[in-house]
Amino acid sequence: MKKTYKIEVDCANCANKMENAAKKVPGIADVTVNFMTQKMIVDFADGADDAAVMKQVVKACKKVEDDCEIYL
Amino acid sequence: MTKKQKKMLVRILVSAALLIALHFLPVSGIVRFLLYLVPYGIIGYDILRKAWKGILNRQVFDENFLMAVATLGALAIGLLKTGDYEEAVAVMLFYQVGELFQSYAVGKSRRNISELMDIRPDYANIESDGQLARVDPDEVAVGTVIVVNPGEKVPLDGVVESGESSLNTSALTGESVPRDVKPGEAVVSGCINMSGVLRIRTTKVFGESTVSKVLDLVENASSRKSRSENFISRFARWYTPAVVFGALALAVLPPLVRLILSQPPEWGEWVYRALTFLVISCPCALVISIPLSFFAGIGGAGKAGILIKGSNWLEALAKTGTVVFDKTGTLTMGVFDVVDIHHSELDRETMIEYAALAESASSHPIAVSIRKAWGKPLDMNRVGKVEEISGNGVVVEIDGQQVAAGNSRLMRSLGIEPIECHSTGTIVHMAIGGSYAGHIVISDVIKPDAAKAIAALKQSGVRQTVMLTGDGKAVAAEVAGELGIDEVWSELLPEDKVEKVEEMLAGKPAGEILAFVGDGINDAPVLTRADLGIAMGALGSDAAIEAADVVLMDDDPMKISKAIRIARKCMRIVYENIVLAIGVKAACLVLGALGLANMWLAVFADVGVMILAVLNAIRALFVSKL
Repeated sequence: MKKTYKIEVDCANCANKMENAAKKVPGIADVTVNFMTQKMIVDFADGADDAAVMKQVVKACKKVEDDCEIYL
Repeated sequence: MTKKQKKMLVRILVSAALLIALHFLPVSGIVRFLLYLVPYGIIGYDILRKAWKGILNRQVFDENFLMAVATLGALAIGLLKTGDYEEAVAVMLFYQVGELFQSYAVGKSRRNISELMDIRPDYANIESDGQLARVDPDEVAVGTVIVVNPGEKVPLDGVVESGESSLNTSALTGESVPRDVKPGEAVVSGCINMSGVLRIRTTKVFGESTVSKVLDLVENASSRKSRSENFISRFARWYTPAVVFGALALAVLPPLVRLILSQPPEWGEWVYRALTFLVISCPCALVISIPLSFFAGIGGAGKAGILIKGSNWLEALAKTGTVVFDKTGTLTMGVFDVVDIHHSELDRETMIEYAALAESASSHPIAVSIRKAWGKPLDMNRVGKVEEISGNGVVVEIDGQQVAAGNSRLMRSLGIEPIECHSTGTIVHMAIGGSYAGHIVISDVIKPDAAKAIAALKQSGVRQTVMLTGDGKAVAAEVAGELGIDEVWSELLPEDKVEKVEEMLAGKPAGEILAFVGDGINDAPVLTRADLGIAMGALGSDAAIEAADVVLMDDDPMKISKAIRIARKCMRIVYENIVLAIGVKAACLVLGALGLANMWLAVFADVGVMILAVLNAIRALFVSKL
């Protein structure tokens, strides 16, 4: 299942860090963070609960880049 | 400016004012230190907080930490030695100015590029009780009749119910050649209605209409990362620890060596150098400007009616060395015309009538052109058994007689010897009642710009042009000769085309991209097989938009070379930025290590280079003169 979220992140490097951190969260098959359009495109693993997984993603991203926002 | 940016601007101005004021204030000692802490705090509090949080999250070595340590270190030096705190505050101030500028520049570029492609219609007019009501295009159901007045954008795809007008398709195709429409014709959303009022019955909802699809495509294209962008990500990941260790080494090793050599270690000097080193090293310029260049390139191309579906495809376009064309519909108009009739004893009218009757059930372009040449209604009762033999022609019964219409293969299979034609074109041999009746010459028209387009391609650096067609050898050779195409393969069945492309893929030099240009509908397998699939004439064709990697909204072959030139310009800018960022950084890093750079140069190396890179990236937008 693919979902797109609006995000707010200030620097392109931070966007990359967010992408790498999000990829490691269980339940995520793939993630692309597009800094230019300020969007995060998430491909969830089969059977994953997207709301719960996204909460973990937000936590992981906040760890690497405190200043980021993900609008769920 | 966003609210966040405005707040930062205020902080910068206040802090700068305080800094200047304190410069003239004759205080010293601890009071001076405390006073300077005020502007420092105002400008630096969020950096310090982020640095602290970074340490807590074990993300120690980021920009904020560096700036915090660098400026706190400078303050400490001021406290213990010089009594001068200006540098610390000034550096933090300068850094924040840089960050603000970066955020502003990127935000503005992003908005400019997005606005460039802002072709989205905002409303639709629905007639009710003689009044026009404006509604959200999202709310219009399929089959509703909407009204589009002159000057308004067509909000949804549909068919004209009533009214005649001229449409400006430049929003989608980048060309301002107007298209006339009248009742019964399809119109595409995003076009601007120019002269007359149109009543249109919608055929798609807003989300499925062409304009939404195009916008989605362009917006999401930058999510498909190019090789360059992936390289930069990987580079940044090992670069940061490498630089940190370099700085540590710079801070620790020389003093240790000096101690061993029984010289004063000069810890302060080397720590300062290490901090400067770290500040210089931030890879921001590189990491921001590369995606921005692609974003600008894709946006600029979109404006010209060239939809590139991903940054990686833009990269591929730039490396295109071989372009393979499908003939019919791509290099030719795809509209066949009856040109001549040879060797016939019957009069022209009757020949065409028989042929039209024979081809009455076929949807092949040749059949269509014969029926068009006939132009009159056909009495289907005269037609009996119809047998269509793929690749050969048709055999039917007309007025009780066997009539065969097709190529020489068909004639020979019926035991009839066809008379070959001297002129080039597609030949439809006719046999009536078992004997040869002559042949009809049908010709396709080459697109007016096709020869110029091939020449332009060669000028853009394409090494080889190839044409594939199912048409006859003579026609193919003539067309290829007229257009200046290097290689021709004719009489190919659809699966042969795929095979040919695979052959070429195996034989081409490594690193070179093979692009296939087709019309999307019939060529889907080949489009997929080629390194890069380019579909033409996508205005109104969903299949074309889906099938290809690069979509040309109109059917002008000149656009192919324009697409390649845009891609090459963009890649040039990307490489320029990579060289600029890494080159200047490397130079400043060396200067920093040698102690020839102070904090000011460090911040310039970071911010200045980034700004230059961003400005350079925006150049990728300007494609109109290409």
